[in-house]
Amino acid sequence: MASELRETIPTFGEQGGEETQEVSLTNWSALTNTGLSASWRDTGIIALVAVIIILAAEVAVRTLNIPSYILPAPSAIGKALFTRFPDLFWPHMQVTLIELLSGFAIGASIGLIFAAVITQFPLVEKIVTPYILLLVTTPMIALVPLLILVFGFTLTPRIIAVALASGPMVMINSATGFRRTDLARIALARSYGASTFQIFTKIRFPLALPMIIVGLMVGAIFGLLTAVGAEMVGGKNGLGNQLMFWSSMVKMENFYAIILLLALMGVTIYVIFYWIGKKWASWQA
Amino acid sequence: MIHATRHPAASASPNGAVDAPVLMAVDHATKYYKTQTGAVHALEDLSLQIREGEFVCILGPSGCGKSTLLWAMSGLHDLTSGQVVLHGAPVTAPRPEIGMIFQDANLLPWRNLWQNIMFPFEIKKLDPKPFEPRIHQLLKEVGLAGFEKKMPRELSGGMQQRASIVRCLSYDPGVILMDEPFGALDAFTRDEMNLLIQRLWMDTGKTIIFVTHNVSEAIFLADQVVVLTPRPGRLAHIFPIDLPRPRTVEMTFEPDFIHLVREIKMTIETGRYAPLAKVGRAAAQG
Ligand SMILES: Nc1ncnc2c1ncn2[C@@H]1O[C@H](COP(=O)(O)OP(=O)(O)OP(=O)(O)O)[C@@H](O)[C@H]1O
Ligand SMILES: [Mg+2]
Repeated sequence: MASELRETIPTFGEQGGEETQEVSLTNWSALTNTGLSASWRDTGIIALVAVIIILAAEVAVRTLNIPSYILPAPSAIGKALFTRFPDLFWPHMQVTLIELLSGFAIGASIGLIFAAVITQFPLVEKIVTPYILLLVTTPMIALVPLLILVFGFTLTPRIIAVALASGPMVMINSATGFRRTDLARIALARSYGASTFQIFTKIRFPLALPMIIVGLMVGAIFGLLTAVGAEMVGGKNGLGNQLMFWSSMVKMENFYAIILLLALMGVTIYVIFYWIGKKWASWQA
Repeated sequence: MIHATRHPAASASPNGAVDAPVLMAVDHATKYYKTQTGAVHALEDLSLQIREGEFVCILGPSGCGKSTLLWAMSGLHDLTSGQVVLHGAPVTAPRPEIGMIFQDANLLPWRNLWQNIMFPFEIKKLDPKPFEPRIHQLLKEVGLAGFEKKMPRELSGGMQQRASIVRCLSYDPGVILMDEPFGALDAFTRDEMNLLIQRLWMDTGKTIIFVTHNVSEAIFLADQVVVLTPRPGRLAHIFPIDLPRPRTVEMTFEPDFIHLVREIKMTIETGRYAPLAKVGRAAAQG
């Protein structure tokens, strides 16, 4: 790698345009201008609209006599959520969280390291990329029955499924980041006598960071989907399993309460990575 | 005054480095680039000597091999044949006593101004503490005091370029290589930067090698203007510039200066030096 750089004098000032369109999935500065950083007045209006929607649903359910097995009244869902959370939902939410966190931690670290290593060897990258694409596009839930056959009805098959769903996502986005080469900045570091390792940690990694954060965000959300899916396919616990359970019992207020919890988890993932992105990736927005 | 190492007699005399020892020598430098469509001949048998404390400008048409020469001098790439010698030893890799300033400011966009200045210290694993008073002094001199927390995109082009000068001077390299550092700046900012560079050079006594394709910028700054031929770059002529220092923008309108501009432009066009009659002075006298 170093020898190929030695022969190339970079053209300066050409990176600008290409960089901005590269990270289209998550434009950190565009995000800054939406909901999360709104003024108090805007926040008030946003909250008001939400309240109106919920009230309208409540009124609609009551006046139109919508059967409670299709949509229970929001008040019933809220009541189920708040009164039954500690005993009915929290134990299962813990299971889902454990699967998500451990699967994501394993998948994301492997994906990240894999991306960092593989982008240093263009031929290897060309050979491996189709398989990674295959992993990204195959729904990993499909593998769960097989994994259950091997590991039984434990957490292991679900954790593996989450890792398989999030890892390739992290890998493919991070690889896009690591593939960016800023020859001018690398030459700068080399002029101070930087080693290959220093060039990686001080130039290539920060350059890749915005794409890595995007990959982690998408990977985590994919992980959540897969965790819930895997619990639905086979398991004795977890929020996905409980969705199946309560719908079979036609206790729809519990069902919807779980949907709300899952939505909350998804939004939390988004918000966490949004803040990380704002802190570490806003330089390129 | 930042670093008054410059010999008092030297800073008083316009061409102070004349009898200083040779610091850096380019010795029969030839460079071919290998490309898919064949070899590109960028430099041909170029030899050059630079004395300690001297300000040398390398001037030549676009694509003549100026950057190629500077990159070889900095140790960022190899020559096909010939060598660069610094302090008596061949330059084969970047050397700590050399600082490079690139064509665009080349700040790291994910670091604020202060963190950018700390970058060479991190790479070199140097403790910045003893250098900090000097860095603050430099920031004040270039008008960037108070901007330490700003990100590069919050700074104008001229400010970014000044920041990159501070970054290069911060760790006190003895030799500074500059590759068309002000090429992207407007004429006014460029004049301002040239005055700044002259002042920093006069105060610190560093050896500066400055690449440009702007003739008056070269004359304004240099003790010697090295003119290269079109590609492959050969030595066309070396013009000693003995205009008094500190030089001012007004001096660039004087007949002596304009005469030099004409001579150098002719040399670039024809690829060799031929003395010109001093029309400017004759007209002024007549
Ligand atoms: N990495 C490279 N591979 C192939 N050819 C190159 C490479 N770098 C430069 N060249 C060629 O070598 C010649 C000299 O290039 P160089 O960049 O040194 O010119 P320059 O004098 O700095 O030009 P400019 O004033 O436009 O910056 C040019 O013809 C250029 O096309
Ligand atoms: Mg150049």
